[in-house]
Amino acid sequence: MDGMNKICISNLNVFWNRVQALSSINLKVPANKILGIIGPSGSGKTVFLRSLNRLNDLIPEIRIEGRILLDNQDIYHPEFDPVELRKRVGIVFALPIPLPMSIYDNIVFGPMLSGVSKKSVLDMLVERSLKSSFLWDEVKDRLKTSAMRLSGGQQQRLCLARVLAMEPEVILLDEPCSGLDPISTAEIEHALTVLKKDYTIILVTNNTKQAARIADNTAFFLMSEMVEIGPTDTIFTVPCDSRTNDYITGRFG
Amino acid sequence: MKIFSEMAIRRVLTGIAFSAIAMLILIILFILKEGLPFIFQIGPGNFLLSSDWSPLNGKFGIFAMIVGSLWVTAGALFIGLPLGLAGAIFLAEFLPRWAMRIIKPTIELLAGIPSVVYGFIGVMVLAPIIRDSLGGPGLSIMAASIILGVMILPTILSISIDSIKAVPNSYREGSFALGATHWQTIHMAVLPAAKSGIIAGIILGLGRAIGETMAVIMVVGNAAKIPASVLDSARPLTANIALEMGYATGMHRQALFATGVVLLIIIMMLNFAANTAIKNMVKK
Amino acid sequence: MKLHPRYTQIGAISLLVIATLITLAILVFIIAFVLGRGLLYVNADFLFSNPEDMGRAGGIFPTLIGTIILPLLALLIATPLGVGTSIYLTEYTRESRVTRIIRFGADCLAGIPSIIFGLFGYIFFVTTLKMGWSIISGGLTLAFMILPTLIRTSEEAIKAVPNSYREVSFSLGATRWQTVRKVVLPNALPGIVTGIMLSVGRSIGETAAVIFTAGSSLKLPGSIFDSVRTMSVHFYVLAREGISNENAYATAAVLVISILSINLVSYWIMNRFIASKLK
Repeated sequence: MDGMNKICISNLNVFWNRVQALSSINLKVPANKILGIIGPSGSGKTVFLRSLNRLNDLIPEIRIEGRILLDNQDIYHPEFDPVELRKRVGIVFALPIPLPMSIYDNIVFGPMLSGVSKKSVLDMLVERSLKSSFLWDEVKDRLKTSAMRLSGGQQQRLCLARVLAMEPEVILLDEPCSGLDPISTAEIEHALTVLKKDYTIILVTNNTKQAARIADNTAFFLMSEMVEIGPTDTIFTVPCDSRTNDYITGRFG
Repeated sequence: MKIFSEMAIRRVLTGIAFSAIAMLILIILFILKEGLPFIFQIGPGNFLLSSDWSPLNGKFGIFAMIVGSLWVTAGALFIGLPLGLAGAIFLAEFLPRWAMRIIKPTIELLAGIPSVVYGFIGVMVLAPIIRDSLGGPGLSIMAASIILGVMILPTILSISIDSIKAVPNSYREGSFALGATHWQTIHMAVLPAAKSGIIAGIILGLGRAIGETMAVIMVVGNAAKIPASVLDSARPLTANIALEMGYATGMHRQALFATGVVLLIIIMMLNFAANTAIKNMVKK
Repeated sequence: MKLHPRYTQIGAISLLVIATLITLAILVFIIAFVLGRGLLYVNADFLFSNPEDMGRAGGIFPTLIGTIILPLLALLIATPLGVGTSIYLTEYTRESRVTRIIRFGADCLAGIPSIIFGLFGYIFFVTTLKMGWSIISGGLTLAFMILPTLIRTSEEAIKAVPNSYREVSFSLGATRWQTVRKVVLPNALPGIVTGIMLSVGRSIGETAAVIFTAGSSLKLPGSIFDSVRTMSVHFYVLAREGISNENAYATAAVLVISILSINLVSYWIMNRFIASKLK
């Protein structure tokens, strides 16, 4: 069982200045599955996600305790290079943030950082990742135009493609559909269900129905704690904790 | 390897970051080294409070220059402040966005016009007008004040405009909602909120007026005596340095560096004041 | 008697308008006066021939060279320092006592009058380091002078780059320096260029700091250890010593036009850049 777990989190505590943002999180993320994380805003979902690729390192006010193992390696070990980590664990943010450059340059940004410079390889990466995020057909004729001119939904799929081009092992998504219309949302969700064959996916979402639709497992976060985790079917039908039931049925949050 | 080069870059940048402060210290050290011994040699009292400046006879009193600097600076403020402040209020409060986009670069352009050009216009246009209409030599405190007043306009204008623009619109809306006219809103809600920024702009303008050299030399007449009126000639500290630096040697040259020390101290005090004002602005 | 608010408003606004018009009129007058008197004498011959008889006749070619080479040298020295400092302040450190000291130093440097820079350059570069009155002494002195402007404008420009761009770059596996080079600097470039242009303008117009460090030789310089005269210094000498009003006006016109065009060019660069981003 342990061999199939991509990420093991034990006793994770996160503090924002003096305030505890996450307390004693214990969690195993199985490989090649979608883990949905639901919970009201302010429950620590985003902080949790950003701890997994050490993006929180950039915020000096944040302090992290506990252990996060990626393939049984402690990612907070002093010898562990956060830059290498972020190449293995990609993230898509809540709002689409294309860099102010062309579509093509956005996608090759990551690969070029790792030293890929051959045009044919880059072209291949661009085509493959755009196809995987179901954006290829819409932009294949204008790869050199600015990414800022895409629609919101297209921009978010571009951000997904940008992450895919890095060839990561894990993809983190932080409410990727919060700014999108239902059609764009469906397109992203479709892409994710296809992608999980090759990647481990963690999806933070405010939309419980989205978790119900595509997550294999679901965790419920509330007030800096993880209330429970289990197969999505179980969580949505017979949750152990009454608070989970209250949240899912919309009694609060 | 990559981590190593990242470390190297960080080290280099840290070193570079101290270049400005290193330069400042170097400048202060060298000016003090040249000027301070001289001041103590002839005594601070003799240097600062005597108005007898005749280097050939070994007399080095710069009181007249200090007075000259004060006159000229006060005059510049008298001209530049009302125009700059009124201009800033009008431009920031009443002008539409597109007009601002034309005016702002124009102001920056003015800040870029060489000071010698201002001085030249003072000599060719202003001095004759003053001589013919008000009497005196023409090249006078008044001419220098007007020229300097115009020269510090861009500084006062642009910093005041920025601080007026920085006042949140909610202040204005709140005031309008209480039935105030636009002018009442400006002087009762906007200006008090923008005060520290405007003061900082004025102090920086002041610093520029005291420190200005070439334009002043050209229009102020440069007589090394205490002026009797604004139509009289005067010699500010900066002019004293620049006029005689070309040929001064020995004690005389040291005296000019000592003049620089006095100028530097005045400027540093002004900078401190401006910094405090800006900090107050940030706090709000 | 207390005036009705509406009348005070009308009075106040008319005063404001008058003051603004006076201000603008002065500014327009200065430019128009210099160009009006000077442009008549400006032609290719004036620009590209050597001065004769101390500048009483002939052109301004050597001073043109001096005006180009001094600011260029100053920029070459000060730009890496200025941009480097602003990168350090914004990207590599947090607000602390150290950053406050650095900023305070830059602010103080910005407030120092040019004549003090002249004195310093003279005693330090010309005398102590034995560089003599030369292009290198003048360039170094000017570099000291423009450094604070460069730091402040680049810092503003770098701060204006949205933080989310940095996060994206880091999340895609960029190191800090890669983030600076590939995301921060390209987006801050127009602001940095504007700062550079402002500094060039200031260097071109500077007289007091230059005359005591670069000297005022009217010969064409052979190397950076030769003395050189800039247009501003030349203009000052012509006007102050009453050598030739005609040539003084003409030189002033060239000076003002250079400053004008530098401003226009930087404005154009800025607008083009903004436009290209929206494309």
